[in-house]
Amino acid sequence: MKKRGKNILNNERFGLTLTRLGHQIIEHYPDFENLCIIGIQESGVRFGERIQQILQQLSGGKSVPFGKLDITFFRDDFRRRDAPISAKSTEIDFLVEGKTVLIVDDVLYTGRTIHAAMTAIQNFGRPDKIELMVLVDRRFNRHFPIEADYTGITVDALDDSYVRVDWKEEVGKDRIMFYPAERK
Amino acid sequence: MTETALSTKHLLGIKYIQREDIALIFETAAQFKQVINRPIKKVPSLRDITIANLFFENSTRTRLSFELAEKRLSADTINFSAASSSVKKGESLLDTVNNILSMKVDMIVMRHPAPGAPMFLSQHIDANIINAGDGTHEHPTQALLDAFSIRESVGELEGKKIVIVGDITHSRVALSNIFCLQKLGAEVMVCGPPTLIPQNINALDVKVEYDVKKALEWCDVANVLRIQLERQDIQYIPSLREYTQYYGIDKALLNSLSKEITILHPGPINRGVELSSDVADSDQSIILQQVENGVAIRMAVLFLLAGQKRL
Repeated sequence: MKKRGKNILNNERFGLTLTRLGHQIIEHYPDFENLCIIGIQESGVRFGERIQQILQQLSGGKSVPFGKLDITFFRDDFRRRDAPISAKSTEIDFLVEGKTVLIVDDVLYTGRTIHAAMTAIQNFGRPDKIELMVLVDRRFNRHFPIEADYTGITVDALDDSYVRVDWKEEVGKDRIMFYPAERK
Repeated sequence: MTETALSTKHLLGIKYIQREDIALIFETAAQFKQVINRPIKKVPSLRDITIANLFFENSTRTRLSFELAEKRLSADTINFSAASSSVKKGESLLDTVNNILSMKVDMIVMRHPAPGAPMFLSQHIDANIINAGDGTHEHPTQALLDAFSIRESVGELEGKKIVIVGDITHSRVALSNIFCLQKLGAEVMVCGPPTLIPQNINALDVKVEYDVKKALEWCDVANVLRIQLERQDIQYIPSLREYTQYYGIDKALLNSLSKEITILHPGPINRGVELSSDVADSDQSIILQQVENGVAIRMAVLFLLAGQKRL
């Protein structure tokens, strides 16, 4: 059904965008003091790992604590789908108490995932501050008043269209694909 | 994001579920085990669900474990025990349950002395039913948590040798364990006095051994059952003392084996009868891990069954 995909961010610009996001973080948190990154399973984890690598390169080897968060048990669409979503692991081996938590996810769409992630993170302590970084911001589709602090690219898309982020580790190249809604 | 579902709407017994269902329950339980080891042990998944715990037979561990699992999933719960209810006034099982369901209950966890009671209910009502033990028939969540604990201790069950020692005839834990372990590819042996081993045990394709030392020498893991004093209406064994002499497991017996085996017990232990205290409290026993895993397994079962139903 979704065949006519359009590449809206190719390999080269993709890399530039990630580097720019890295610089933005350094601008705000020069020493990464109190900062930690939490990627949302599954695609946010890949993105988070990349950002962590970039920060390490840009800062000359300093590393930021990185964790993985699974929000399956915190989703608000439980019992509204045909079957439960299978859970992935949560690996956060540091305290978020008093930290600045940077939530990282690939696509910001309705905001429900981020809403669930914020609830889930509070189970690990009380962070000082939570910020959000997304690679793609699909504005105009929000169900909650949630906005990203750091955005890769912004896409204006109808509800029926579809945005997918591909990663080098999985499909051989980094790119963002856009599949417009089918004409009825 | 893969959606995954159990092949069944109720958990009536291990006999009625598939190997894939067991794998999915284990995978989900592993995640819940992480959850219950966090500072905040609760998740909001089942917050709009009401669960009735109907215990027509006494239970401490299983009921507490289910209640805790339900609360950690944020479900609302009501409890019922037959001793203090209208069942004593002669109400039928179906009437009792239908009355409870009229109060808008979504799921039922039931323990009942009659084998097949949960199966009977499942044919008449719409709510999801979880069997928490039906007479001498099945106790599926216990078998799941046993297998999950064994896997944690010795790895995948495929090809492992497991012996179940004790009163096999009266034990729902034994039957559920046999089904569960066999579905996961393990070899199963039962061991006990001939009077406590069912006559038709051969139909289940398990090995039978009457000498406990030989059985322990053969196995990787031993699941030791309780001698059920309440079900000994006729004398199956001459005396508890004699049972202990022939089938009791103590440290000296374990030390005489050529390898170290893992010991399970579903509880409550009759210390000094089927297990001596030095075995029950030793490093070889994973009895307390079983209890911890019990909550995670029950959370997984409740979560997966509740998630199938669309609002």
